[in-house]
Amino acid sequence: MPNSSEGSHRRFPRIITPQFIRTLGVALPLSFLLLCSFVAALPRHRARPATLSETGLYSEISTKTIAPSNLMYSPQYPLWSDGAKKKRWIYIPPGHTIDAKHPDDWVFPVGTKLWKEFSFGKRVETRFLEKVDGGTWEYATYAWKEDGTDAVLVPQEGFPNHVEIAPGVRHDIPGIDGCRACHEGQGRDVVLGFNALQLSPDRDPNAPHAEPFTPDMINLKALAEKNLLTHFPARLLSRPPVIEAGSPLERAALGYLSGNCGGCHNTTDPLSSVGMFLKRSVNRSPEAMAKELESVIGHRSKYQIPGLGAGDSYRIYAGHSEQSSVVFRMSSRNPYRQMPPLGTKIVDTLAVDLITRWIEEERTTIYETAHFIHH
Amino acid sequence: MRHVGRLAVALSVSFVILAVGFSLSNGQDKPSKKLVNRGEYLVKSVGCGDCHTPWKMGPKGPEQDMSRLLSGHPQDMVMPASPISAPGPWMGSFASSFTAWSGPWGVSFTRNLTPDKETGLGDWTEQNFIATIRTGKRMGKGRDLLPPMPWPAFKNMTDEDLKAIFAYLRSIPTIKNNVPEPIPPAGQAGNAK
Repeated sequence: MPNSSEGSHRRFPRIITPQFIRTLGVALPLSFLLLCSFVAALPRHRARPATLSETGLYSEISTKTIAPSNLMYSPQYPLWSDGAKKKRWIYIPPGHTIDAKHPDDWVFPVGTKLWKEFSFGKRVETRFLEKVDGGTWEYATYAWKEDGTDAVLVPQEGFPNHVEIAPGVRHDIPGIDGCRACHEGQGRDVVLGFNALQLSPDRDPNAPHAEPFTPDMINLKALAEKNLLTHFPARLLSRPPVIEAGSPLERAALGYLSGNCGGCHNTTDPLSSVGMFLKRSVNRSPEAMAKELESVIGHRSKYQIPGLGAGDSYRIYAGHSEQSSVVFRMSSRNPYRQMPPLGTKIVDTLAVDLITRWIEEERTTIYETAHFIHH
Repeated sequence: MRHVGRLAVALSVSFVILAVGFSLSNGQDKPSKKLVNRGEYLVKSVGCGDCHTPWKMGPKGPEQDMSRLLSGHPQDMVMPASPISAPGPWMGSFASSFTAWSGPWGVSFTRNLTPDKETGLGDWTEQNFIATIRTGKRMGKGRDLLPPMPWPAFKNMTDEDLKAIFAYLRSIPTIKNNVPEPIPPAGQAGNAK
């Protein structure tokens, strides 16, 4: 009959040998190093700064002095935001560049930051985008304090009806979902309004609401001179991109539609299933450009303009703005009908007039442009 | 010998044509029957048809009109103004068809979910459908979905469930039915046009 000590040896075999301890001594540090590198490789979702001054926009916020590393820019076809005056800046981390191989669709380095300030008589909000480790983008909006000393982080759901901007109309500061609705899915990166066409030195003098270009702003030429672009086609530097059009009016009309509608209505967004392409490319073949125009001009509209017979509504019907759903919907602020569907509560009457004049007065030009580009 | 050579060339060409055709036909993502069945199960379980299939009066009372399966508010059913006009404990009202709903948001009409290209979801992609349910916005970017659409509950479904639902919706009969656009509440900014 075995004694009790022999029984316990059988239940707990002696594995903790000197050799085992030596192996463990090597394995443990190795595992620790592996774990550290795995954690380091995970995308970091840092807490968004609580105030705008912490994002790095200003070197001295009390005097509103912009940090010299942040570059001011102005897209030539800006998005209508109910008449807000807007200022924009970009920060590219030192030693890094924008991959501009696709001139319509740039890819930004990790560490890129962008800011857009909205003023309605005084500063109201500043929106902030940052590309963080792992290549994801963080969104934040900051509401300016009444005293204008700084701006504070807006909650995830935004501040609806934040401030009155016209009698009975109040401006919404968007939440994160609102940011994502516009910015995500439309290209290789999420940045809008910062590409070859928008930053072309050959700016459209008839573009609605464009801020004047000032020497302290950057454009395509300045970006190239600062060596901030890689793989950018040289031909677009020697001959800056311009929207090909049959007249100055048409150039401005197509540019407005590109800047205001093309963010969603383009060939790469999930909304491409709608088959309506308004983003103007500086890099597409003439045949593709013509096809994109044909997706709008003379194309029947799925949306039926109220009061018109079935099949009488078109996206754009040259010579007939009243049958053009683009004009109808951009003239509306019925929240269930309007275009764009978010980000605006006041009709851009200047743009409605521009697009209407283009459709009514340049009936022939519209068709000739498609022909001109095509051939 | 020349006949044999021609035959060989003809056979090769035919083979290439058939192979290309076969690969193209397989390239279209036709959902599996299992996925469609799963989608049908989900659609029936969560009650999509309660609002998206018009109801009619049957011998035992109101019943879904299965000839209009999931085709939304009938285009020929023009609704009069809503009887609810003042705030109070009665917040809304709905049509006998269960396809028109009135409340503080205005009047909403349930959409045509059939694969009709002009009036239904025919030109939607699976990605558009999932984005709609996840965000509560048409195609993830358009106008807000309106009550009583319970998207805040449905957005908790898995991608697999939503893909199954979309696959089922692609499999049902196409019905051309142009649902009217929603009507905003009276007095809302921009209501005039």
